[in-house]
Amino acid sequence: MTAVKDYQGTYLAQFQAHEKDHAAGPGWLAEVRRAAIHRFAELGFPTTKDEEWKYTNVAPIAQVPFQPVAAASATATAESLAWSCFFELDCPRLVFVNGHYSPGISFLAGLPKGVTATRLAKAVSAGTPALEQHLARYADLQNSAFTALNTALMQDGGFIEIPRGAVVEKPIYLLYVSTGDGGPTISSPRTLILAGRECQATVIEGHIGFGEGTYFSNAVTEIVADENAVIEYSKLHQESRTASHVGTVRVEQARSSNVTTHSFSFGGALIREDLNAVLNGEGAEAQLNGLYLMTARQHIDHHTTLDHAQPHCASRELYKGVLDGQAAGVFNGRVIVRKDAQKTDSKQSNKNLLLSEEAVINTKPQLEIFADDVKCTHGATIGQVDQEAIFYLRSRGIGISEARKILTFAFANDIIDRVKFAPLRDRLRDALFQSLAKRSRKEPA
Amino acid sequence: MLTIKNLHASTNSKEILRGIDLEVGLGEVHAIMGPNGSGKSTLAQVLAGREVYEVTDGEVLYDGQNLLDLSPEDRARAGIFLAFQYPVEIPGVSNTYFLRSALNTIRKSQGLTEIDAMDFLALARKKLKVLDMDEALMNRSVNEGFSGGEKKRNEIFQMAILEPRLAIQDETDSGLDIDALKEVAHGVNSLRGPERSMIVVTHYQRLLNYIVPDFVHVLYNGRIVKSGKKELALELESKGYGWLEEEVAAGHTA
Ligand SMILES: Nc1ncnc2c1ncn2[C@@H]1O[C@H](COP(=O)(O)OP(=O)(O)O)[C@@H](O)[C@H]1O
Ligand SMILES: [Mg+2]
Repeated sequence: MTAVKDYQGTYLAQFQAHEKDHAAGPGWLAEVRRAAIHRFAELGFPTTKDEEWKYTNVAPIAQVPFQPVAAASATATAESLAWSCFFELDCPRLVFVNGHYSPGISFLAGLPKGVTATRLAKAVSAGTPALEQHLARYADLQNSAFTALNTALMQDGGFIEIPRGAVVEKPIYLLYVSTGDGGPTISSPRTLILAGRECQATVIEGHIGFGEGTYFSNAVTEIVADENAVIEYSKLHQESRTASHVGTVRVEQARSSNVTTHSFSFGGALIREDLNAVLNGEGAEAQLNGLYLMTARQHIDHHTTLDHAQPHCASRELYKGVLDGQAAGVFNGRVIVRKDAQKTDSKQSNKNLLLSEEAVINTKPQLEIFADDVKCTHGATIGQVDQEAIFYLRSRGIGISEARKILTFAFANDIIDRVKFAPLRDRLRDALFQSLAKRSRKEPA
Repeated sequence: MLTIKNLHASTNSKEILRGIDLEVGLGEVHAIMGPNGSGKSTLAQVLAGREVYEVTDGEVLYDGQNLLDLSPEDRARAGIFLAFQYPVEIPGVSNTYFLRSALNTIRKSQGLTEIDAMDFLALARKKLKVLDMDEALMNRSVNEGFSGGEKKRNEIFQMAILEPRLAIQDETDSGLDIDALKEVAHGVNSLRGPERSMIVVTHYQRLLNYIVPDFVHVLYNGRIVKSGKKELALELESKGYGWLEEEVAAGHTA
């Protein structure tokens, strides 16, 4: 434990306050929660002595007594959310404000028959059978204090179940909003996505915040892709300037499933994103894409693990970062190839563009290979905007700050181009464009 | 329209241009020839404003104003264009977007209205035809994966769209087969006119059979050592550059 005061006890107390509610729910879940809070009590908040947290100091989280928001005071209007990236998309959405479901601005029409998109809390109280089998069965709470904490405290979130063979044309949007009012506040969004055999769907998980209040969003998402399922999942951060977000996404893939994830980070003060995908069936494929755009004193830490547990699986990972101001980035990409995972084909790359002298990035690929017949490559780059390209653009009349913007946009847009659903791409480009326009600054002579 | 006086330029404290004097009148085409490493590209880049070269002495007047005071973008807006010897690849930026942005910034600086996407496309199609270029190039990233010939044509295509007053071409002929060379030369010639001056940098005389210059200068070791009419190019072709060395050594410079 750290010498500095942290507020671990605050969360133990919050758990106790809810124990009666938990006892009223299903026994298996109460048990899961109990195990989780015990584990959280044992682990405590990580420190930078912890190898997994070497470059990310969670003091802004551990040293603040965040409190959950009461349901009645958790409100937001459609107008107040209209600025956010995907809000105007024509698609079914579930909105949670400060952890609580917000029916007035949720919108569920247009879901194909048999497809479930609902609140987790409702699915739990309805005794949905798949929950006991899947909820909290993948995300590892033994080794993550934050996953343990989320599991102990989770109240609600999105639950999506796509039956065998269903093709969902429009994305399903799960939006988690933090208003920052009456802070410092905590929410523990929990998402479970069950993709049945041969189904096809697009899911967006948005985390947005506004206001000046401090809040902490501790999110866990589990995605279970059954055989041949094709899933495109995007997670977007537009958290407020003072927000902390710790997110864990755990993907479990069965035989021949194909999962593409995109992680877009445009906001937040302190962001840690863990993405762990287990390719647990022959011939499964995973594409992991990420884009982070950080400025001022923002800090973002991506830890990804691609676990090749079965033969003939393929993974492609590309994370790109644009860091400006005094922003700091961390990328730790781990690829594990288990003994049986012969014919693994894995490519990983992390590319960073540093726009200022003070911005920093720590990037570290980690390959752990236990099979012998595999094809694995990885690499990382850190660089500035290409001066020859800048000159080329300027020699055609384009001003220097515009030239930098064009090149930065192109660098980042490469990730957006990988999103398959076209309307998402358009919104993301707008968000990227605005984000770059905001930070365009004078060139040092 | 362009007067270069005693221009010295260096990079990393290595002097490359060692006192260049050159006068280019309106509507004239000047060829600059010279062996590898003589400073041809450096001169072209200095005129375009490349900051890696430091001008240590001399001046350049363009339409009477001090060119060296202007940023590269302001030079372009004032009508200067450089066709690069080695055009830069810019992944992720489409040729169309790039060129329309360039054209519109230049137009705006001249107080003209911006050209919309439709009109731009029509204009681009017209110019592509002259250069016998594939329209598909418009949607590709700037120069990315272009063949050598495609890159050179793309430079001339940009020149055709931007319609500069002073067009500097740095070895636009290198690496082209004879058909491509003829097409590029045809493109360049179609842009010749009384209101447009050109500096054509080339290592080989061959190009000058198709783009016939008014004047020819020989650049050697950072200086213009000989100037003449188009016949000088032929002389160079038959004698090679070797004799220059002897002449310079003996002090018989033009
Ligand atoms: N950016 C640079 N850094 C160092 N040396 C340079 C640079 N640019 C040109 N030079 C040197 O200056 C000389 C002239 O180069 P250049 O202008 O490219 O000649 P040319 O175009 O006539 O072949 C060469 O010796 C070259 O190596
Ligand atoms: Mg050259």
